[in-house]
Amino acid sequence: MSWSLRAEGLGKSFTLHLQGGVTMPVLRGLELSVAPGECVALSGPSGAGKSTLMRCLYGNYGAEAGRILLRHGDGVVDIATADARTMREVRRDTLGYVSQFLRVIPRVPALEIVAEPLMARGMARDAALAKAEAMLTRLNLPARLHHLPPATFSGGEQQRVNLARGFAPAYPVLLLDEPTASLDAANREVVIGLIREAKDRGAAIIGIFHDAEVRDRVADRLFAVTPLPEAA
Amino acid sequence: MSEMPLLSARDLQLHFGRIAALDHVDLDIWPGEVVAIVGESGSGKTTLLRVLSGMMAPDAGRVVFDGQDVLAMGEAARRNLMRTQWGFVHQNPRDGLRMGVSAGGNIGERLMAVGARHYGNIRGEATAWLKRVEISPERIDDLPRNFSGGMQQRLQIARTLVTRPRLVFMDEPTGGLDVSVQARLLDMIRGLVAELGLAVLIVTHDIAAARLLAHRILVMRHGQVVEQGLTDRVLDDPQHPYTQLLVASVLAA
Repeated sequence: MSWSLRAEGLGKSFTLHLQGGVTMPVLRGLELSVAPGECVALSGPSGAGKSTLMRCLYGNYGAEAGRILLRHGDGVVDIATADARTMREVRRDTLGYVSQFLRVIPRVPALEIVAEPLMARGMARDAALAKAEAMLTRLNLPARLHHLPPATFSGGEQQRVNLARGFAPAYPVLLLDEPTASLDAANREVVIGLIREAKDRGAAIIGIFHDAEVRDRVADRLFAVTPLPEAA
Repeated sequence: MSEMPLLSARDLQLHFGRIAALDHVDLDIWPGEVVAIVGESGSGKTTLLRVLSGMMAPDAGRVVFDGQDVLAMGEAARRNLMRTQWGFVHQNPRDGLRMGVSAGGNIGERLMAVGARHYGNIRGEATAWLKRVEISPERIDDLPRNFSGGMQQRLQIARTLVTRPRLVFMDEPTGGLDVSVQARLLDMIRGLVAELGLAVLIVTHDIAAARLLAHRILVMRHGQVVEQGLTDRVLDDPQHPYTQLLVASVLAA
């Protein structure tokens, strides 16, 4: 079977040097493969390492064992060993990540936040702003907010800005960490529609969905992340 | 994406007496890349900036900019680089501005140094840059000594960027400014750097500023680069004990 993203023998632990060097293992020998057009939902109890896995896949946490292979352009990149410059290119062109919270940048309006990754890929400013506007409108963010920095927005409004930014560039691989956590029913429907469209165009999606209804409607299969036994 | 680093340093070493200010430091900066050097005072970050920009000679090592050996070149050649290819934003705007020359003159002077001669064009460009850094064009004939600290720093940035350098060195550009003024300046730097596609090497002890501006971070301690990588990787999953301490010491607002 062809894959877009594939983790082989992935291991991750955290060594806390400020707490006497205690090491906390989180992932070990993890094997995961996601095909184009497929949506995999991570399942497992809170603290099992679902978010840690997502962050490793995005290169936000450094993998310490194994490989994370990503189809990027005509080749394959190993995220576990890629240098910073390659990772920037990977994140610009191939790999998108929608986190639970928007990292607000002072003074930058919602529209610019959404348009930024589009312009980074070479889209003309006017076209990028138009696409950003359309995406924010689809997510029911009131037009009067488009030109304001999201610092004062509600949690749900900030999340919609985040979703618009994540879905606008049509990444081939998309990581979604609780994309509907603070949304009302109508906006949840919009997000389900966005996920289905992304799958239809061939995107591989890995998500953490605590909302069982959303998960059942978008996920093709579950992938269990189980807590590791305490280190001896 | 180009295949050669714009600036490349290898095995830089510098001692002040028995203290190692630079201890086997390697660094590459690629076109369009923003690299932050973080670390506490005395960690060697400003020394590294001065060595890379040819302002200070190391005991050993090599610095190559666009194929040219920076440490071997003469003072005239280095000044030429500083005028045409490089920019330097000092922590104290007084070190980067001419306080007795008007705001417009400060910007125009850099343009004239690279050959601009037409007065109307120079004044037009100076006006445009004042607007870009959010200084009213009505202040074009005022002396910078009558500006606030934040305005002076914005003027220094306009003076530095007007000639569109390929590489800009910044030494604590927000140091000593009020927090509200810092945010405005950081946002402005972020916008200009992205728009002009500049490569930037920024020294800062402000972790939040590094996160906002930099693609990549180098953490320095006792003259050594103890950790480096993608900005969010270094800050969210710090590996070295010193980086963990640095990140854990930041107050969340």
